[in-house]
Amino acid sequence: MEIMTPFLDETIKNLRAGDNILLSGFLYTGRDAAHKRLLELAENGKKPPFDYGGQAIYYTGPCPAPPGRVIGSAGPTTSGRMDSFSPRLIKEGLRVMVGKGARGEAVTNAIKEHQGLYLAALGGAGALLSLCITESEVIAFADLGTEAIYRLTVLKMPLIVAIDSEGRSIYK
Amino acid sequence: MNDIRIVDAKKITETVRDLCIKANLCLNDDVRQALFNASLSEENQTAKKVLNLLLENAKLAEVNQLPLCQDTGMVIVFVTIGENVHVTGNISAAINEGIRVGYRKGYFRNSVIDSPLSRNNTNDNTPAVIHYDFAPGDEIKITVMPKGFGSENMGNMKMLNPADGIAGAEEFIIETVKKAGANPCPPLIVGVGLGGTMEKAALLSKQALIRAVGSPNPDPVLNELEERFLRRINQLDIGPAGYGGLTTALAVQIVSYPTHIAGFPVAVNTACHALRHRTEII
Repeated sequence: MEIMTPFLDETIKNLRAGDNILLSGFLYTGRDAAHKRLLELAENGKKPPFDYGGQAIYYTGPCPAPPGRVIGSAGPTTSGRMDSFSPRLIKEGLRVMVGKGARGEAVTNAIKEHQGLYLAALGGAGALLSLCITESEVIAFADLGTEAIYRLTVLKMPLIVAIDSEGRSIYK
Repeated sequence: MNDIRIVDAKKITETVRDLCIKANLCLNDDVRQALFNASLSEENQTAKKVLNLLLENAKLAEVNQLPLCQDTGMVIVFVTIGENVHVTGNISAAINEGIRVGYRKGYFRNSVIDSPLSRNNTNDNTPAVIHYDFAPGDEIKITVMPKGFGSENMGNMKMLNPADGIAGAEEFIIETVKKAGANPCPPLIVGVGLGGTMEKAALLSKQALIRAVGSPNPDPVLNELEERFLRRINQLDIGPAGYGGLTTALAVQIVSYPTHIAGFPVAVNTACHALRHRTEII
């Protein structure tokens, strides 16, 4: 099934854990250090560097772009490390997260409550996934280097619905 | 007295540089073969698909000169120095310089920070974690192992009591893999260190990962344990990427060492399916 960002309520509702999707559109990167800052912004009542509405955050710290490419390898990092940040960001309006590995109960509950979605990308397939990225631009926290927030334009990136809006998970 | 061979530290820098590049871009044949074998024997269709995508990823990485995984790791270096070799220059500095140049040249990610507290990126992926050893002869053997932290974070160690025995070690090993779930990017190569002291067991569990995947353990007792643990791990139904299936691990590899009458140290070092290590002899 092919899906374009931004994610519509209807799209999120219809997806089930285990569904394979090909995602096109924008993904905003963010991992440990960026999450810390996003949480600080939320707690100080400040606006995030991009509008969360219908958008997805991708837990990745890409490799630098070799000559002739827009980005280096860019596979998912372990999502569990973002568990302490995600419920608050979901409350702020973030709907979709992309990473790898299981999520804690608080994240699953927040996904259910706010009709969110957690998608899994194939861990360790950084080369393959980077070839789905057609544009890349740092939009915030440039000082964090690989941990900055990049806006990636992706074309038919293969993902699997890992936790759906009703809290069903592919992980045991 | 034997003749002393002189090796310029620059040679070590060049060797480490090239090993870093090769390790990150090109999946070792033994791991590739193990993934291929698993893709044939796997019965779960999703798992089969994932295994084929991982083989595809390895091919794409090599063709496009992209790292297999964006986590190009912290570099562990094992150096065995012949007793009849003299290196001119600082060996550790030469190794770190090799990493610095290799990571820049390969467009690899710098993932190393100056301290777990201040957490500032050193911006050149150094320093490495270097383990030195000595051997007779006039050669220098260097193994470079870039290790990602998705898998490194899932390792564990325990000081068991002698009474816990191998059964206790077995439960600890299986439990470690089970708890890790999808996080360390299965299918895994599970390195196990038995015996020694606390830090020795941890080191053994990392060294265990260097043996060729699919090769038998030269110790028949350990070989039998490896086979038994692998069977149990592959019954956990974690599967490739954690989506379920028969292939949670490609291998369990054990190294054992003498220990104390009062102890039974056991360490588990989980390696992802992109287990990267390269060796060269100077």
